[in-house]
Amino acid sequence: MSHAPIEPNWAARVAIALAVLLALVTAITLAVTIGEMQIPLSTAFQALGNGMFDLGYPVSAIQQGVIFDYRLSRALLAALCGGTLALSGAILQALLRNPLAEPYILGISAGASTGAVAVMILGFGGAVLTISGGAFIGAVVALLVVAALATGAGGSSDRVILAGVAGSQLFNAATATIVTTLANAEQARGVMFWLLGNFGGVRWPDVWVATPVALICFGVCMLHAKVLDAFAFGADAAASLGVAVTRVRIVLFATTAVMTATMVSIVGTVGFVGLVIPHAARFLVGPAHARLLPACLVIGAIFMILADILSRILVPQQILPIGVVTALFGAPAFALILYRARRAT
Amino acid sequence: MTLAAHDIRWSAARRMIVDGVTLRAEPGRILGLIGPNGSGKSSLLRLLCRLRKVESGVVTLDDRDLATVPRRDLAKRLAFVEQQASTEVQLSVCDVVKLGRTPHRGALASWSDVDEAAVEAALERVDMAARHDQLWHTLSGGERQRVHIARALAQEPRELILDEPTNHLDIQHQLSILALLRRLGVTCILALHDLNLASLFCDEIAVLHEGKVVASGAPPDVLTEDLIARVFGVAVSIRAGASGRRHIEYLIDPPEPGVVTAPPRPALKNTHGG
Ligand SMILES: Nc1ncnc2c1ncn2[C@@H]1O[C@H](COP(=O)(O)OP(=O)(O)OP(=O)(O)O)[C@@H](O)[C@H]1O
Ligand SMILES: [Mg+2]
Repeated sequence: MSHAPIEPNWAARVAIALAVLLALVTAITLAVTIGEMQIPLSTAFQALGNGMFDLGYPVSAIQQGVIFDYRLSRALLAALCGGTLALSGAILQALLRNPLAEPYILGISAGASTGAVAVMILGFGGAVLTISGGAFIGAVVALLVVAALATGAGGSSDRVILAGVAGSQLFNAATATIVTTLANAEQARGVMFWLLGNFGGVRWPDVWVATPVALICFGVCMLHAKVLDAFAFGADAAASLGVAVTRVRIVLFATTAVMTATMVSIVGTVGFVGLVIPHAARFLVGPAHARLLPACLVIGAIFMILADILSRILVPQQILPIGVVTALFGAPAFALILYRARRAT
Repeated sequence: MTLAAHDIRWSAARRMIVDGVTLRAEPGRILGLIGPNGSGKSSLLRLLCRLRKVESGVVTLDDRDLATVPRRDLAKRLAFVEQQASTEVQLSVCDVVKLGRTPHRGALASWSDVDEAAVEAALERVDMAARHDQLWHTLSGGERQRVHIARALAQEPRELILDEPTNHLDIQHQLSILALLRRLGVTCILALHDLNLASLFCDEIAVLHEGKVVASGAPPDVLTEDLIARVFGVAVSIRAGASGRRHIEYLIDPPEPGVVTAPPRPALKNTHGG
């Protein structure tokens, strides 16, 4: 009897890891060199060297600033954002057993933005509650509302999506209410632009917040990789395999809420990444979460960096909101997945 | 000593579904649960493997309250095959059986030779080794059932709880799965619908009716014409079959007790002419 080896050998693994790393570095290099201001590749590398290792190359202050403080931080944040949203999508799809689950469709992003906007405009909590704190509370509230709606509607896995749609509408309406009644014109414009997602305002401090969040959440998810596999046949099947279903759900839903809230508070709502990337990753590495989760992180990162580049060059002289670019890819992919899911049943 | 329920109750939607059930599985023997649709078999099995919490009474494993056994220890000890369990994840047969190793592996443990051997042995036992790499959703209903049983066997349990394991199986595989369960030597509790198979393969039978055990004991003592008529509302005649074993025959058009006559067959001729 012959079948494929259970684990690829080490050489193959190292090769794959290197290739993936190379792709990521290439994407970041592209992101750093492409933009309004034409800067030669050599200068870009010199500016990176200066920024990271203080090498003292002669690079003009403006170019140094654009490359290192503006484009690199932006590329890294795009990577973190894409990676964590994809990860959140994979986790939600496994826990809810629904191929359409992701933070945006389930209304978690909408809840997070309501929370963030409330803090921004109402100044809820003042100094104590930061915007990301508000976003986290909003995300958790949205999760609870959607969970309650879904349970009330019968609890089946497709009800969750309907509940998510209702939740999204509810929280978007709440956000709009806060903005239109309480914000001044300038605030309103700023919030509306931020809501569609944009990396324009990203600076290094954002990266220093997002990096540990992404790494810790990724670690938590990886610790649950086998447990997520056990959810394939539902919560009862997982429980009979020794999984602490309730605890795992709470921990992982909270983890996705943290990831989503962090990203929403920095870049606004970016949809569909969490939907499309896990499917692409599954296609490449299969459904086992020990491989799927890292694949989501990396593919999500690369996808988001490229989407950000597109957002900057698609319309000359103008920057599209990143959420618009991801929706451009995501909405057709959503339709495709929906169509395939229909055929499968 | 193995699994036992002591006067357990469970309700749903303000209705008693399992209503004071007491039963005991004997080590290495097969306990069959029979009863009409909705009599609470699946609910009772879920209580026995702690997928639901009993509202009163207690389930014990080796005289220890089941509620106090750590989850993973329980999953290494007791495996459950659900009545219907499906997935949309693109898993192969071997992926599904591998899930059975979950309780045996830590969060960071890699796949070991022991795990691999358990999976291969389980697939071999249900006669599905040749389908190792086939995708789950391309399997027939009976093949899926056998893969689920293999998954349960990969847990290497001492107690095996099965909810209608012969569902979807053709008669050959019904017999072979039940024969397999007998050979395994593990303690089995299973819900069954086929009364003849139940009396053939079970060491003991408990009859469930509206959440209560109305009879239990050795098959010949439990499965009587009277009880089946009372619980299932079906008239039967029980007598020795060709092999000398008891055979339960369903009487479609019940004549006098004990008298079996085939209904007269209408003559096959054209009655519309004329
Ligand atoms: N969660 C629940 N909420 C409401 N009613 C329930 C619930 N679970 C079970 N029931 C009811 O309890 C009764 C027993 O269900 P159960 O599935 O245990 O029956 P069963 O004996 O396994 O039947 P079958 O032979 O059809 O499999 C049914 O009437 C069912 O509708
Ligand atoms: Mg049942």
